[in-house]
Amino acid sequence: MKQVFSKHYWNDKDISLLVGQILRIGVLLASVTLIIGGVLYLTVHGKDPLPDYTKFIAETNANTTLSGIIAGVMQINVPQIIQLGVLLLICTPIVRVIGSLVGFIIEKDTMYIIITLIVLSVIAGSIISGLKG
Amino acid sequence: MTILTFTLILFLGTFIAGLLGSLTGLGGGVVVIPLLTLLFHVDIRYAIGAALLASIATSSGAATAYVKEGITNIRLGMFLEIATTIGAVVGALIAIYMPTNTIAIIFGVVLIFSAIMTLRKKNEHALAGGSPLAEKLKLNSTYPVDGQKVPYKLTNIVGGFSLMGVAGVLSGLLGIGSGSLKVLAMDGLMKIPFKVSTTTSNFMIGVTAAASAVVYLQRGYMDPGIAFPVILGVLCGAITGSKLLKKMNPKTLRLIFAVAITLVALQMIYNGVQNKF
Repeated sequence: MKQVFSKHYWNDKDISLLVGQILRIGVLLASVTLIIGGVLYLTVHGKDPLPDYTKFIAETNANTTLSGIIAGVMQINVPQIIQLGVLLLICTPIVRVIGSLVGFIIEKDTMYIIITLIVLSVIAGSIISGLKG
Repeated sequence: MTILTFTLILFLGTFIAGLLGSLTGLGGGVVVIPLLTLLFHVDIRYAIGAALLASIATSSGAATAYVKEGITNIRLGMFLEIATTIGAVVGALIAIYMPTNTIAIIFGVVLIFSAIMTLRKKNEHALAGGSPLAEKLKLNSTYPVDGQKVPYKLTNIVGGFSLMGVAGVLSGLLGIGSGSLKVLAMDGLMKIPFKVSTTTSNFMIGVTAAASAVVYLQRGYMDPGIAFPVILGVLCGAITGSKLLKKMNPKTLRLIFAVAITLVALQMIYNGVQNKF
């Protein structure tokens, strides 16, 4: 187990492969969720007239908060299934940054551990400042 | 128009947007905004939300092809991300208070600039003598040319970092990846070979867009009915484009597209001045 955390076990190339894997899985998960949600949406609402997108009405909490989206998915509500796919897509690059952080920790690169943590805290700050509960 | 017709046209339109965006290097997000606002008369706020998602989709989709080759300078990307993510959050906050017509005009201007940037002469040479700051931040690296590792060094770190902050603000304000501004900072100021700057900029676009996307999602700018055809369309287009790119040289296409995009941009500016958004 110990060798998993050693620098020799992981070289730069392995880390970039791991990061590539994260991206591929993230994009795949998001796409599959969106396809499922999209097909359901078109089956139910395909023949309905288009909502009035010319006027901006902010989405409701069900579509904008994590709790709202998860509650909707549990009840198999179609819009929230799509929003879950949206959420997975947004998370993909963030998880990639976390993957790079793990890489820098393994390389014991203190300067870049700090730099990556700054980037992550800016994103975290952005999530918290926009929270509506 | 029924929801089904709208979805199909939107999917087709964003597929072409993703395809052309990846062939010309302009990115998928920038075409989504005029497509939604000028063609479908969708409110620009929904369009910005959708464009951000398109930027993340193109960036993540294309990056899976790039990381294998090991060209992306992750340290450089991460260091510059400090500037772009802070900029993106600031831009997303400004966007809430800025009149939509002003946003449309700024978008038009940035679009023209981006179109011109796709035609620029690329920096193909590796810099031999870098600045001390680049050395200190461990930003100098190597990249593969014909199977050999060629070292390159960086200069003007402060200038590049500042321009990245501006790129971040525009990205958060307009929902675009600001790829052209990122490449200008890296190619033009920091003198990085374009192979490295293109892939590193692509890595950064996803992270920058995600930082402002969380603000837009929570502010209710992302509509499920628009989001799914846009993401899937752009993603399919970008993947097709990156496969085609290996087989063709899109020089003429780039020129035609730059002219077309400039016309679209002028239309956006005109509508903005006429208060049509």
